[in-house]
This record gives sequence, C-alpha cells and structure tokens, in this order.
Amino acid sequence: MTGYFYLLEYKVTLERLFSSTDLTMSSRLGLTFAIMLDIKKIRADFPILNRKVNGQPLIYFDNAATSQKPTQVIDKIVAYYTLYNANIHRGVHALSQEATDHFEGAREKVRAFFNIPLAKQVIFTSGNTHSINAVASGAHVFVKKEDEVIVSAVEHHSNIVPWQMLCERVGAVLKVIPVLDDGRLDMHAYHNLLNSKTAFVVVNHISNALGVTNPVKEIIDAAHQYDAMTLIDGAQSCGHMKLDMQALDADFYTMSGHKMCGPTGIGILYGKEEALNSLPPYQGGGEMIDQVSFEKTTYAGLPHKFEAGTPNIAGGIALGAAIDYLNEIGMENIAAYEHGLLVYGTAQIKNIPGAKIYGDVTDKAAVISFNVASLHPYDIGTIVDKLGVAVRTGHHCAQPVMERFKIPGTIRASFAFYNTKEEIDVMVQALQRAVTMLS
Amino acid sequence: MASIQEIQEEIVEEFSMFDDWMQRYEYMIDLGKSLPLIDESLKTEDRIIKGCQSKVWVNAELESDKIAFTADSDAIITKGIIAILIRAWSGQKPADIIAAKTDFIDEIGLKEHLSPTRANGLVSMIKQLKMYAIAYQTQVN
Repeated sequence: MTGYFYLLEYKVTLERLFSSTDLTMSSRLGLTFAIMLDIKKIRADFPILNRKVNGQPLIYFDNAATSQKPTQVIDKIVAYYTLYNANIHRGVHALSQEATDHFEGAREKVRAFFNIPLAKQVIFTSGNTHSINAVASGAHVFVKKEDEVIVSAVEHHSNIVPWQMLCERVGAVLKVIPVLDDGRLDMHAYHNLLNSKTAFVVVNHISNALGVTNPVKEIIDAAHQYDAMTLIDGAQSCGHMKLDMQALDADFYTMSGHKMCGPTGIGILYGKEEALNSLPPYQGGGEMIDQVSFEKTTYAGLPHKFEAGTPNIAGGIALGAAIDYLNEIGMENIAAYEHGLLVYGTAQIKNIPGAKIYGDVTDKAAVISFNVASLHPYDIGTIVDKLGVAVRTGHHCAQPVMERFKIPGTIRASFAFYNTKEEIDVMVQALQRAVTMLS
Repeated sequence: MASIQEIQEEIVEEFSMFDDWMQRYEYMIDLGKSLPLIDESLKTEDRIIKGCQSKVWVNAELESDKIAFTADSDAIITKGIIAILIRAWSGQKPADIIAAKTDFIDEIGLKEHLSPTRANGLVSMIKQLKMYAIAYQTQVN
C-alpha cells in the first residue's frame, strides 16, 4: 500500500499545529488549510493491521462491530498486570492505591472526553448492552403501568429487548418511531407519538445497521417537553465523533469501550446526577454498599452504587489510554477523515452495477450498508473474506431494520481513521470479483 | 449405486484437481446449480435449517428403504455446500447416512465451513440430514 498521507480540506485553527505567532495570525484570517493526518504513523500503532488473512493483507472494514486496538492500549493492559495489579478502593497497601489511582484517573479521562460535569456520573459497566440493561432494569421508577416507552425502528436488539422486558414487567406500552425509505427516522411521526403518557424515549445516536445519524438533540428536547426520560445509545457514535453530554442534555447515554479503541468488557453509562440517584441499583454485592446488616443495607453513593463487585480494572485503565490516543489525533480530525472515506467509499460502491446503498443520506457515520443486485450478502461476504477483506454481512443484530427494507441482510463496510482509500479500492475490486463469480 | 464412502472419495478427487480456493468455490457454485430442488410448496418455515445466515430448506422422503433429499437456499455458496452433502447422502439407506463420516468436507478444502460458529451452518445441515435419517431408520426397521 502506497501513499499514506492524506490531505484533508479542513478548517483548522493553526495554534493546534504550530506555536508560531505568524501562523496564528494567518489562522485568524480564517484560511482553510489542508491538514495531514499521518496515516502511516497511525497504522503503525495498530499491530493487527500487519497481519494476513487467507494469505492476503488484512483489510479491516468491520469497525462498527469492534475497533482495533493501538499498541498504547495493549501496552497499558500488560503494564497493569505486570506492575500494579491489585484490587481497588479497599486496600491500604501501596499497590492497591496505585491501581485505584489509575482506575479513577481513567474515569476522569472519560468525564473530560465527553464533557460530563462530574466523574461520579461516569459508571463503568461491562459494555454498552450492560449499560442499557442497567437503566432498563431499574426504569420502573420512571415508567408506570399504561405509560408509553418510545424506541426507534432502527435500533439493534440490545436497545429493543431490555425495553420490551421493562414494558412487560410494568404493563407499559412500547411505541416505535418508523423509519423513512432513505433510512432517516420519521420525525413527524415521532412528534405525533409523544404525549402525556410518554415516560421514556430511547434512540441510538447512530444506527449500527445503516450508519445514519439520528437527530438526537431534537428527540431529547421534544421528549423533555413531555417530562419523559431519555436514553441515547452511543455505541456507534462514541469512537467517531466529538460528544458533549452537557450540550446534548440526554438523561442517560451509553458507550462501548471496545468500539473506541479500548478493550472488550468495559463500557460506560453516563447519567444526569438526579437520574442516576433516582435509579435503583440493579446488582447487589461488594463495593456498592454503604452499611450492611441483616436488617437493612444502605447503598453507597455514585458511581459505586452501580459498580457492585470488582470491576474490569485493566479494562477501565486501558480505556483511559484509548481516550488519550483518540485525543492525541483529535475527534474532529477523526470525524473529518472518516467522512472523507465515507464519501469516497460511497462513490466507489455506487459505481458497481446493481449496487444499492441503504441509508444513503448526508448525515451519517462512515458506515455503508449495501447489497449488489439480488446477490445474497452472505455469498459476497464469503468471497471478499477469501480476498482478505473483513466486512460484516447479515442482519447486524437489527432484524426489524431488515424487515423494514424487505431484505435478508446487507453487506456492511464500516471505516475507521486507520483505514485508507487504497483499502477501499481493494474492497471494490474484491466485490467486483465476487459479483463476477456469483452471477 | 455407489456407497457414501465411494461418492465422498469421488468428490474429494474432483476437488483435488483445483489448485486454488477460487476454482474450488466456482466448482461448488456449479454443483449448487445441479442440486435436486425442493418443491416450492415444501419451502415452509419448519423446513428451514436454523443457524444459517442464509435460508436453507431441506426435505427428506423415504423411497422404499432409501432417503431422497431435496433442498434449496437463497445463497449460492450455501446451495453449493448442501448440494455436496446431498450428492453423497441422497439415495442411501438411513443407517448408512447415520454412520457417514464428514471429514471429506475438510479434505475438499472447505474446512472453515465446519466450524460450529460459522454463519452458513454446515454443522446444522449435517445434523438436520442425520436427524431425518434417524427418524426414517425407525420406519425402515
């Protein structure tokens, strides 16, 4: 692969790149400068990108399922177990203190990264699904019999089933925001669904099956007009765009560590302080208590109320390293670069005769969900895998979305900032070979 | 009629003529086209084999003391895989199908499809075909 430097038409304040006063002056003139993302250097940080699959160099386009991990994150896990492995929050010994400092340091990094007011509003969970379930399992304090819970038609199963279970438990009704033919939510229908019975609105920020970015700010603000609680599933957004919890104003927001260059087994639940205080703990055990007797147990304060037992200490600390890594490149730069890949990839895929993209709108993440003519996505996925290209095929754990478009599934190529246009070219060639073989 | 073992060896020999995966897949796709197709009216929910990313329908009929399999799939590669199995096992006695070995799949270079987690569900297909054989075995006895 050659030509690792990519030019991005991107408006930058040059203070971030250079300290020179002259350049700072010119940036004040509002010049649009092309910045370079050093892709060669970035790719060198991801050891897995050097490996081969089926004898071919790996092209990893399944980033919506999980992102790859830079050495900085992998090393952090090794460092934890090599140098300061100890249980946190309880030992007086030095090692325990050190481990606690690193873990709580990671919590602070998460807080700052998502512009969360207080570190105690960052709850570490085992993953995004766990975060959603933590809220849904205690949401009977917000949702009463005959109330309504609104979800969208583009959710993955993780953000449907917990809410169905809640509705069954309390006798509430599940309502669904329909999706338009282009993959966007029918916002007119959403506003009509809202009423005084609406108790909770649950939507993903970016759909995993189509990659379309939902107008979550509008959804949250409208829900709040009816005093409904809101939860935004940020599994697909947390590693690909700059997020500001205070500006967004959701009551709860869930994130996945492994989708933002962190390890698996660590996720985040953010909540407004009042919302988290109202939510009952869903798991009992050590760490989450204040006083325990057989007559009465009182719970610890935030965040420990929701962190029963020994947490994923290594995972939390390594997630902190992932955040440092993303910060170093800059989320705005990542978003701009990935958007460039999206635009390029979309154009290339459209050139394949018979290709149809689902969710082909401007406001979306670097995810392209498509089919070619009437070929089965599984057939195409199998052939391109043989050619070293990892894409996802199937229903993407979002069967209702596939049902909506009357398809068995799609091929989904999802990009990250360590991918390149050359890799997209190889994928397109692989797709064309697959189409020839299968037609 | 040749035995299961003989047919499986024949298939292994045919596949050994190809040097790369692409030719093997192309041949498998061709075999899929020769699959004895299941009657459209038999493509019911209960004949779908679970565990496949694509849909696979299989029907089994007892003809005197032998089982005739027909099948179809909405994916071409999956159709090729089921066609290979059916070529070896259709027209055989239930007891022989129950006893049939499946390592020839490995030998024709389709080993990766034998993983139980593989989305095409070859393992599920083998299981389903053997289940039919077990069910008919009781009738033959």
